[in-house]
Amino acid sequence: MTDALLTLEGLTKAYPGVVANDDVSFQIKPGEVHALLGENGAGKSTLVKTIYGLVKPDAGRMLLNGTPFAPANPRAARAAGVAMVFQHFSLFDALSVAENVALGMDDPPGQRQLGARIREVSEAYGLPLDPDRTVGDLSAGERQRVEIVRCLLQNPKLLIMDEPTSVLTPQEVQILFTTLRKLAAEGTSILYISHKLEEIRNLCEDATVLRLGRVVATCDPREKTARDLAEMMVGSVLHQPEREGGESGEVLLEVTGLSLPAPSDFGTPLREIGFTLRAGEVLGIGGVAGNGQDELLAALSGERPAPPGMISLRGRDVGRLRPTARRALGLLAAPEERLGHAAAPEMSLTENALLTGDVRERLSTRGFIHWGKARDFATRVIERFDVRTPGAETAAGALSGGNLQKFVIGREILQKPDVFVVNQPTWGVDASAAAAIRQALLDLAETGAGVVVISQDLDELMDIADHFTALNEGRLAPIRPARGLTIEEVGLMMGGAHDMDVADENAIAEVQA
Amino acid sequence: MDLGQINPVLLAASLMVAATPILLAAIGEMVVEKAGVLNLGVEGMMITGAVVGFAVAVNSGSPAAGFVAAALAGAGLALLFGLITQVLKSNQVATGLGLTLFGLGLSSLIGKPYEGIKAPSLGKLDIPLLSDIPVLGPVLFRHDPMVYLSLLIVLGVWAGLKYTRAGLVLRAVGENHTAAHALGYKVIRVRLAAILFGGASAGMGGAYLSLVRVPTWVEGMTAGAGWIALAIVVFASWRAGRILLGAYLFGGVSVLQLNLQAAGVAIPVEYLSMSPYLVTILVLVIISLRGNHGAPGSLGRVFHASS
Repeated sequence: MTDALLTLEGLTKAYPGVVANDDVSFQIKPGEVHALLGENGAGKSTLVKTIYGLVKPDAGRMLLNGTPFAPANPRAARAAGVAMVFQHFSLFDALSVAENVALGMDDPPGQRQLGARIREVSEAYGLPLDPDRTVGDLSAGERQRVEIVRCLLQNPKLLIMDEPTSVLTPQEVQILFTTLRKLAAEGTSILYISHKLEEIRNLCEDATVLRLGRVVATCDPREKTARDLAEMMVGSVLHQPEREGGESGEVLLEVTGLSLPAPSDFGTPLREIGFTLRAGEVLGIGGVAGNGQDELLAALSGERPAPPGMISLRGRDVGRLRPTARRALGLLAAPEERLGHAAAPEMSLTENALLTGDVRERLSTRGFIHWGKARDFATRVIERFDVRTPGAETAAGALSGGNLQKFVIGREILQKPDVFVVNQPTWGVDASAAAAIRQALLDLAETGAGVVVISQDLDELMDIADHFTALNEGRLAPIRPARGLTIEEVGLMMGGAHDMDVADENAIAEVQA
Repeated sequence: MDLGQINPVLLAASLMVAATPILLAAIGEMVVEKAGVLNLGVEGMMITGAVVGFAVAVNSGSPAAGFVAAALAGAGLALLFGLITQVLKSNQVATGLGLTLFGLGLSSLIGKPYEGIKAPSLGKLDIPLLSDIPVLGPVLFRHDPMVYLSLLIVLGVWAGLKYTRAGLVLRAVGENHTAAHALGYKVIRVRLAAILFGGASAGMGGAYLSLVRVPTWVEGMTAGAGWIALAIVVFASWRAGRILLGAYLFGGVSVLQLNLQAAGVAIPVEYLSMSPYLVTILVLVIISLRGNHGAPGSLGRVFHASS
């Protein structure tokens, strides 16, 4: 017991109506990379918030190096040597890198000194950063570096990482792992949370699996298959997406030379994008966030009209048409941002169903709404896609991410699109919901529709796509059949690593001296 | 019409006096908005400060006591706003509008017995040597202490936000309250402090109207000064330097148009009266056309601690 860095004993935390953590106990050894696995809602976030001092447990205790550890706030946790990289970046867009780092430290040095330290540490660990740049202008990968460097500057004993790789290219992931292994070798323990099971098998030495707030298994992930791990999380046999055939039919959607200027200072222009989508085909588009995914979806859905001659649906030029007109013709889309883009959070599921289903499901006549039909449509989506909700009158914002995503996707699929464009269909969705969504997309293609899946999850694209391409700075890489692609080839299509170097041993030694 | 009546030196000297109420109110509101809170009650806090400051100054004979009381009154009203919006999580826009209406009503109630009285004079701060410089002396160095205090407050706010840790935390809270909370900063406490500062500044700005600028109590005497202060904050892109520019521009045009009216220029009075508002907003719009506007990311959003 004494050789553990952090020991959790019987941690319990209940919220009204739900027990988030129920008698959770496990240990993290010094220098160990420990995985915390579980579906959404399994209690992972509550648990790490407890360790970081944001949540006080109802019962149970923690020991850090054998002494009782009960941080009253994150400051106390940081003082004790616990640092955390958050899932949703806890960064301030309008502030500079150095200011962001200073906010995460309790006793920051002067701005100039801090800038020098940031440069030094970030370069030593292969995560170069300019301390004077405004965070709002950085790419997702660079923002994550800011978070990591902020933690490293405090020489943490325990580094908590919540879903750190969702925005990185495979090469960047490899470099991050090299950095993490190096940290672990130096004696820093890492508590690593991820949905990506292959990564956990690759990186972690020990794993604790949570289900519904309880510890259901501990194992060495290197000895298990990804499927074993997933089934431990879900507690049942996992349904793998499967499909037959994949025969391509007539051309449904044709995009030629699609170029659009960036919609804002922070956007990406689209440059000469061209592809052909046939009936029954799933086209996977990979790429790191911020390389034109949102812009491509907006151009295809009709949110931003395109010049004539660039987008045609079954031979008809639809570039100038608005989303409703494109929907009527059978081109449907589901954007990435669930709350506020794909769905209006304050409105009920019925109202949200009406917002996109109006045209194809004929939910209104002459501007008057048929509430009964709208409710039936919403209810069909809920039943068919197993959306867990009290009913169609629940506000969209009250649903968990996975359930709302199932609703958003299901709402479009039930309208029987000819072409369906979806961005990040399974982002932040747990394994079983993700499998259901992927299967639904495959089933849709099976019925003869064309599906464009834009995603940053490469495993997902490899699972379901017939053809693969990637967006890099608004350009589309040449389209290749998905079967037989190696992860290295995919990484190169995505633009490779963005100026990251593998951590430099000597520089690290210097920094620590 | 006799433009020769207008003395440019006197005009420039009265510019600073005319601008001070709005400068105080705007710089206070800027701090509030930098912390992510939109308080539309500036007008109400100003006029409450005006009447309370006036009443205390008349009864005690001390204008300084009047300013202190005005700051406290403005902060008191702001505290009400802070409790309702930060603790009870009400909508900031509706609450701020309510605060303005409440302040206008409250001030006319308190002010009834004080109508038609003249305020005790604050006195000028004749800075030796400097005030004897020709032209610059009367323009810059023969004002009352509040003019210089307001400039010090602007300087302090600028430096405080830019160079101190407290200022950094305040900006962080206004930029992204969820992240600030996750890092362990007390979002609501920071915001309440900012709201109190904004209220005190607005209260002092109001008192400057009733004690120095006019100097008497007239019902509804702020006449939209609080609203122009709010507009200046937005068009100044939340920057202290531009707020100073905007307020002095507004003060300058106000004084100029009064002089033009007195000189009998053949422009309808209504146009002259609206000119300060038009010119100020026009100039600041042109300045803010380019570049980043920098509205705080969490401005006006209600903060719910998630745990």
